[in-house]
Amino acid sequence: MKNTRISNFGFQILAVVLALVVTSLILIAAGANPLDAYKNIYAGSFGSFEKLSDVLVAWIPLLITVAGLLVTFSAGLWNIGVEGQIIMGGIATTWIVRLLQDTTTPPALTIALAILAGMIGGALWAALAGALKTFGGVNEIFGGLGLNFVATAATIWLIFGPWKRPGVASIAGTEAFNESVWLPTMGDTRLSLWALGLAIVSIMIVYFLLQGTYIGLRLKAVGKNPKAAYLLGVPTWQYSMMAFMLCGAFAGLAGAMQVMAVYHRLIGSISSGYGFLGLLVAMLVNYQVIWSVPVALFFAALNIGGIQLPIILKLDSSITGILQGTLVLFVLMMEGVRQRFMKRAGEKQ
Amino acid sequence: MTTEMILVGLAGVLAAAAPVIFAVIGETISERAGVINLSMNGTILLSAMASFGVAVTTDNLLLGFLMGMFVGALVALVIAFGNITLRQSQVAIGFVLALICRDLSDFLGNPFVGQPGPRLPFAPIAGLADIPVIGTLFFRQDLMTYASYLFIILAWVFVYKTRPGLMLQGIGEKPAAAFVRGANVNRMRYFYTILGGAIIGLAGPTFSLSVKAGWKGTLSGLDGIGWIALAITIFGGWNPLRAAFGAYLFAFLQWLGLVLQPSLPGVPSQVLQVAPFPLMILTLLLVNIGNAEWVGRTLAALPEPTRRFIARGLRAMRASPPAALGVPFESE
Repeated sequence: MKNTRISNFGFQILAVVLALVVTSLILIAAGANPLDAYKNIYAGSFGSFEKLSDVLVAWIPLLITVAGLLVTFSAGLWNIGVEGQIIMGGIATTWIVRLLQDTTTPPALTIALAILAGMIGGALWAALAGALKTFGGVNEIFGGLGLNFVATAATIWLIFGPWKRPGVASIAGTEAFNESVWLPTMGDTRLSLWALGLAIVSIMIVYFLLQGTYIGLRLKAVGKNPKAAYLLGVPTWQYSMMAFMLCGAFAGLAGAMQVMAVYHRLIGSISSGYGFLGLLVAMLVNYQVIWSVPVALFFAALNIGGIQLPIILKLDSSITGILQGTLVLFVLMMEGVRQRFMKRAGEKQ
Repeated sequence: MTTEMILVGLAGVLAAAAPVIFAVIGETISERAGVINLSMNGTILLSAMASFGVAVTTDNLLLGFLMGMFVGALVALVIAFGNITLRQSQVAIGFVLALICRDLSDFLGNPFVGQPGPRLPFAPIAGLADIPVIGTLFFRQDLMTYASYLFIILAWVFVYKTRPGLMLQGIGEKPAAAFVRGANVNRMRYFYTILGGAIIGLAGPTFSLSVKAGWKGTLSGLDGIGWIALAITIFGGWNPLRAAFGAYLFAFLQWLGLVLQPSLPGVPSQVLQVAPFPLMILTLLLVNIGNAEWVGRTLAALPEPTRRFIARGLRAMRASPPAALGVPFESE
């Protein structure tokens, strides 16, 4: 037993090494020194207190999104529509803020209602993908992808149409909110402790939901074998819908955080790709909720660390995306190698 | 707008659909064999970038197109290896590859952004091009558009009218039965996944060396096409003819969006550009809803003539995926 655990770990280390080797080869092919690039990414992410706070700012929406995605993954669902759910969260939040910020509503109440609206917006958008799947038989991957494009179009339409800045409408976003409804940030940084707290609470809720509750157990049963779960009396489609809406609510929360704590307005790319990045993290941790905390932090650090690559080393920052992707690819591949290896070892005995 | 302008516009639709045709035909072949190639969006971007790079540096269009096919085949090989040999989820591997290839095209394509490059020449077919209407529509195109017509017909004939095509259907529908009849299911799946990938890889250069010549990074309007093509494949019900119809419909709707733009000033262009997506979801719904259990139950409760009418309509649109799509095959 102990032996297999060590060998599991060995395969994962090998996957990380392979991902680094491949990424380094790509860097060399582009005429760059890989060590310089990695040093730069490190300096750009954990090099100073400001950078570290930026990493945490990126970690918040990523971790919240991953929390949601772990629910849908447990239910055996590929919620690729998560990008659109983040966007809809951002839109709903902005809508409530625009509605209430100039009224006599206390700012604290406006903030709370706006965040709640974001969660509802995300959940409803997810419910749409869920309904297409459960009642229409449309695979959630394709329904979700289509809905992502629609959500992006809705954002752009709002920014250039009904919510355009007085004077010049631009992709940079709507007019900034009144400062009274911004989530307070720490010192000079962009980091909001409220947002950080919500992210940590989100992942804890999902941890307890999946590890320690009857609902979590039934959710996993639906994910592992829907037919068997149905025959055992689990209301299958209700659980699928619930998983979609829970994930959508978390995604919407992530969108709300981007609007309320980071940009203070609706911008064209409000989801910033955190949905797809969240899918990568959720795949990498393979249902182990606890691991999503450090892995999401690492991925956020790569994102932030890559920002200064074009300035200092004249390298496109997409190299960090390549590293993130190859990491997941090799972990998947090595898992397959390990299973083959174990099977062969089992046959020998 | 004159008739001539409309004809030229529609001819443009046929050309604009060509890369999507390659993508959906390649995907259809791969999925017929039981393997989903979810990497398509990344594959198209990477093959567009790589083939443009090769064509610019060697000044040879043929090498460019071969490079595109090579990239597509290589990505498909990774999916086949991960899924058939290592038994990991096709969806997971395909999705990761979609993201990796997209970033790779951005990273490695940086030096080529905005460079002038070769472009596939316009090649009207002597004689046929002068036929009124039909000539303007079909025969004043470039080589890849003609190739796209040919691929639709070849793929349809291959899948439905030949023995190997029948076997291809078999390994996607009932791999165990195909195995008993002597097919090496996994080797054939490797072959068709890579073949399908190579055809998908033609979509990239058809963009970067013809329809949208040049390379402008992932912001060039190519990003997203692969995801649409995946939806069109399903809309096509894994039938090359129907898939091609979906691709033409999509290109037509995009063109219509551009044409209608001036007459609908209140609607921002971004909204018209995404109009195909809700329609795509709607068509996916129509194609799939006949498979849903509750529909059957509801229909059974309806009076006979109405029931028969609706059931017939649903059956005409319905498409079922190959039964073993996404399921690894084990011979023991």
